[in-house]
Amino acid sequence: MSAEGHHPAPVSPVERRVAALEALLTERGLVPPGFIEEITRRYESEIGPMNGAKVVARSWVDPQYRQRLLADGTAAIAELGFGGPEGDHMVVVENTPGIHNVIVCTLCSCYPWPVLGLPPAWYKDPPYRARMVREPRTLLAEMGCSLPGDAEIRVWDSSAEVRYLVLPERPPGTGGLTEAELAGLVTRDSMIGTARL
Amino acid sequence: MGMVMLVDGIHDLGGRQGFGEVGHSPAEPVFRRRWEAVARALLVAVAGAVEASGGEFRHSIERMEPGHYLTSSYYEHWLTAAATLAVEHGLVPRSELETRAGGRFPLSGPVLAPPVADAGPDVDTPRFGVGDRVQVREWHPPGHTRCPGYVRGKSGTVVRVDGTHSVPDIEAHGTARRREPTYSVRFDAADLWRDGQHGVWVHVDLWDSYLERS
Repeated sequence: MSAEGHHPAPVSPVERRVAALEALLTERGLVPPGFIEEITRRYESEIGPMNGAKVVARSWVDPQYRQRLLADGTAAIAELGFGGPEGDHMVVVENTPGIHNVIVCTLCSCYPWPVLGLPPAWYKDPPYRARMVREPRTLLAEMGCSLPGDAEIRVWDSSAEVRYLVLPERPPGTGGLTEAELAGLVTRDSMIGTARL
Repeated sequence: MGMVMLVDGIHDLGGRQGFGEVGHSPAEPVFRRRWEAVARALLVAVAGAVEASGGEFRHSIERMEPGHYLTSSYYEHWLTAAATLAVEHGLVPRSELETRAGGRFPLSGPVLAPPVADAGPDVDTPRFGVGDRVQVREWHPPGHTRCPGYVRGKSGTVVRVDGTHSVPDIEAHGTARRREPTYSVRFDAADLWRDGQHGVWVHVDLWDSYLERS
């Protein structure tokens, strides 16, 4: 959100267009009072990668949960209370020392909202969408995700109804940590597959 | 335009070359500016009011003028989609949008595919199973599709069968619906690209009617 406070920036053309559409729809009763604020609040505070991090941490401490998560991602994620739009058909793909998974949506911006929130701008922009299916080894290295040269890369293009979550490997030396502490180690990018932990 | 049919929208970006580095940041605000949040909410309001299917919504973005698409942000895409659907469904007149905005209000181009009157029967039973070799149809539909261009004509292996879902190519163009199984199909990058990288598998989720037995 903008933080200009008492010194608002000049209104840009796109802001004028948004305001025009908002006004016309509001006059026609199509934007109920509080509607915009409610949607904004939900995605700014309730839904985000902290949800996915809890799923990952649970799978690290509970082998039976991990099995359920890999067998039926939607149901196992629902056990922790997460679900809804863009999360109705979840498939969890597991990294191993020799296999690295990464998700992309080449056609638009499909992303597992209930566990990762709304996608970051770079995930939706053309360079990531164009390059991840053609030169993932190069792009991952460029993004700071270094893999052994012989690691197998599995790219998942979210082109239908399934949404993917990458299950990163548990970092070494974390045996003494609690589930909540482990969740704190899990980054958004490790669940997209553009980073390893 | 005469008989020329514009197909293969600019949104179908997989494998396109010439793009530079990814403007990655490890974390960022959900909405960078308030107008982004408003545009997002307005799309939800419009899509609800006109009962737009997911296919119709996506297609309203895909019909953007290519130059506008590539040079505008995601939430400007959503704004353009919301305004386009609102005008096409008669919620607001375009002239009034431009008057209120005090200038040009670019909307998406027209729908080029004819409405689908008869969707045909649902397909309940998957034609393919895990391990089957399949080939993606080589075709260029004039309307919405979720079959990326980079796999058309290519062969791969089914790795997952995902139940039946409404075919986007149909739901984007009218009220008719058909459900078909979808499959996750694994392609060897070496089969997709002349410069395909070693040890890379690309998985694409595809509807039944996109596929033929290989």
